[in-house]
Amino acid sequence: MVMLTDAWLIARKDLKLEIRSRVAINQVIPFALLVLVLFAFALDPDRGLLEKATPGLYWIAVLFSGLLAMQRAFSLEAADGVTDALRLSGLSPSGIYLGKTLSVAAQLLVLEVLLGVGVAVLYGTSITGWLLLMATIVVATAAISTAGTLFGVVAAGLRVRETLLPLLLLPVLAPVLIGATRAFEAALSGTPSEGWPWVGLMSVFAVVYAVAGIFGFGPLMEES
Amino acid sequence: MTTETVGSVEASASGPTSTGSRATMILGIVTLIALGVLVLFGLILSPADESQGDSVRIMYVHVPSAMLSYAGCFLTAIGSAVYLWRKSQWWELVAYAGAEVAALFTAFTLITGMLWGRPTWGVYWVWDARLTSEALLMLLLLGYLAVRRLAADYEVRAKRAAIIGLLLVPNIIIVRQSVQWWRTLHQTPTLSLSGAEIQGLMLFSLFTGFVAITLVFIWMVIHRFRVAWLEEQLEAEGLDTAIAERRAEGVIS
Amino acid sequence: MELDDPTFRFGTEPVVHLRGAVALLGRFPALAGVDLDVDRRRIVLLRGANGAGKTTLLRALAGLVPITSGEAVVLGVDLRDDRRAVRHRVGLLAHGTGLYDELTVADNVSFWTRAARADKADAEAAMTQLGLDGRLRDVAVGRLSTGQRRRTSLACLLARRPELWLLDEPHAGLDKDGRDIVDALVRDAAAAGATIILSSHELDRSIELADEIVTLGGGVALDEGAGGGDGHVD
Repeated sequence: MVMLTDAWLIARKDLKLEIRSRVAINQVIPFALLVLVLFAFALDPDRGLLEKATPGLYWIAVLFSGLLAMQRAFSLEAADGVTDALRLSGLSPSGIYLGKTLSVAAQLLVLEVLLGVGVAVLYGTSITGWLLLMATIVVATAAISTAGTLFGVVAAGLRVRETLLPLLLLPVLAPVLIGATRAFEAALSGTPSEGWPWVGLMSVFAVVYAVAGIFGFGPLMEES
Repeated sequence: MTTETVGSVEASASGPTSTGSRATMILGIVTLIALGVLVLFGLILSPADESQGDSVRIMYVHVPSAMLSYAGCFLTAIGSAVYLWRKSQWWELVAYAGAEVAALFTAFTLITGMLWGRPTWGVYWVWDARLTSEALLMLLLLGYLAVRRLAADYEVRAKRAAIIGLLLVPNIIIVRQSVQWWRTLHQTPTLSLSGAEIQGLMLFSLFTGFVAITLVFIWMVIHRFRVAWLEEQLEAEGLDTAIAERRAEGVIS
Repeated sequence: MELDDPTFRFGTEPVVHLRGAVALLGRFPALAGVDLDVDRRRIVLLRGANGAGKTTLLRALAGLVPITSGEAVVLGVDLRDDRRAVRHRVGLLAHGTGLYDELTVADNVSFWTRAARADKADAEAAMTQLGLDGRLRDVAVGRLSTGQRRRTSLACLLARRPELWLLDEPHAGLDKDGRDIVDALVRDAAAAGATIILSSHELDRSIELADEIVTLGGGVALDEGAGGGDGHVD
């Protein structure tokens, strides 16, 4: 219970901070939309390549712009003695982990909705299979944010964190990228039954990482 | 938590004092003999495959090293778990040695896989489920090693790497599952070497391959561990001198 | 002895007890065998040259830096056993502010107060005491002056109601009013039963404040002397 109260406190603080600082709105979201435009330049929109690749491009855009949000989630905790203050605070490490996961997930969801609108408008994707699409977004977000937060703290406080986090996180998230992309393809091509096993796999992934984070965050927060 | 580290170093004086011992020398000789037998059977005595020709011989080292790359990951996961649980530096170094050797074997597997693929499929790389999993395994191991080799305090490196090491196993399972599904939706796994196809001398060569490559693996892990252990001992030494020097600073000022 | 006497309530064992305490920063022994005993309600000044080990000592007492050998008991908690257990009972004013620049003064104080599971009223009271209740309340910390940030950090510490105050250079960056506030806070806290260990380069001011003075050098306590404070020598 303490864990959940702490999680809520941390998540609220993070989201308040994001709203105040406007970094997400001013930088991360424009970057995500920029990626969509760049894909259109790279893959000629008139030859149907873009249309075929849309699910994959969508999730690549989510991953890369999500990485920026995750980097940021930990750079603010590294500021000016905040790490020590967190250790002294008496907040439970599991609570801190869940709270940061929640705030990262909330930011990813906003990003995903906006990218979804962007894809629908820019690539002319007609959207079908709503139920599967929604389920995929929910579990993929859970998977990305649980793993991202755990690896975020692994890389936190190191001089090399900007380069280390992608190296650690992207291979781990490869199954999520595959799963989310195939599930989206299944939904958009009107064969949702092919997509559900992927939703299951991603749920397992999210649960594994949530458990690892809840138990691993304490030891990880310890050293400077 | 340097406490535990220093403590465990003192407590386990049973650690190695040199990079080799009598036992490892014998192991080394046995390994060399096994490799000789493997060369004899794999390259000379066993026949060429009807469809693949001589390139089938790559299998005698490729398949065992692929298996051992996974074994190395499990060793790393076990070592990491024991380190996180009991703060045992011994196990942490076992995990590290396992990961380094596993990365080497993974690289070897990928290279032999590509060398086999070129004459067989005409290309170095196909998105075969097993090869793709192996490639992702390589990236996961590189992540572990990048953290383990950070320029930071031992505790920082070891603890963070151990979390990644522990997660190698679920990661591998999920990666394999996803890659399997991904490829089977499009094509069946191509790189199959089912037991029915190989028999006689070819089967025996494959068996020799397993024995020889496993011995190489064990030899490498033991030696890598011993070197890492001695390195850490060297680090821990000189603490008393450092404390004396530090105290002297106060007297001067 | 009255029942509400803090000495009676908290017992008489020392708040800090160190014997030959060693702490390593990487491989460097920042503390090379410190002996230190501090009784409840005392105000102790740590002094010494830069690099003498003052900051590391304060961080070790807060349970942030591990003690690798020797004895170390703080507030009855054996630091070599479990240094996390002591953390929520101490307040550390460190060089870093421990504040989120994008959040306002009120947001910061209320976040850290709630994190310490202290009362919201304590946060308000602390801000009032440090003169942060007026215009500054809703200003983002990133836009404050150094002294104002210091006051905000102190408000966070005060609201936690720690049993042991560890103040690393509390006077640094503050104007005269600010320093007077700090000294008053320290005296009030000691009177209310807390124990205070501070390091300062403002020797005139802090010798006046302290009951005891400990000089650090080369990672050990060199000598101890009496301060100019009124003291509570029982």
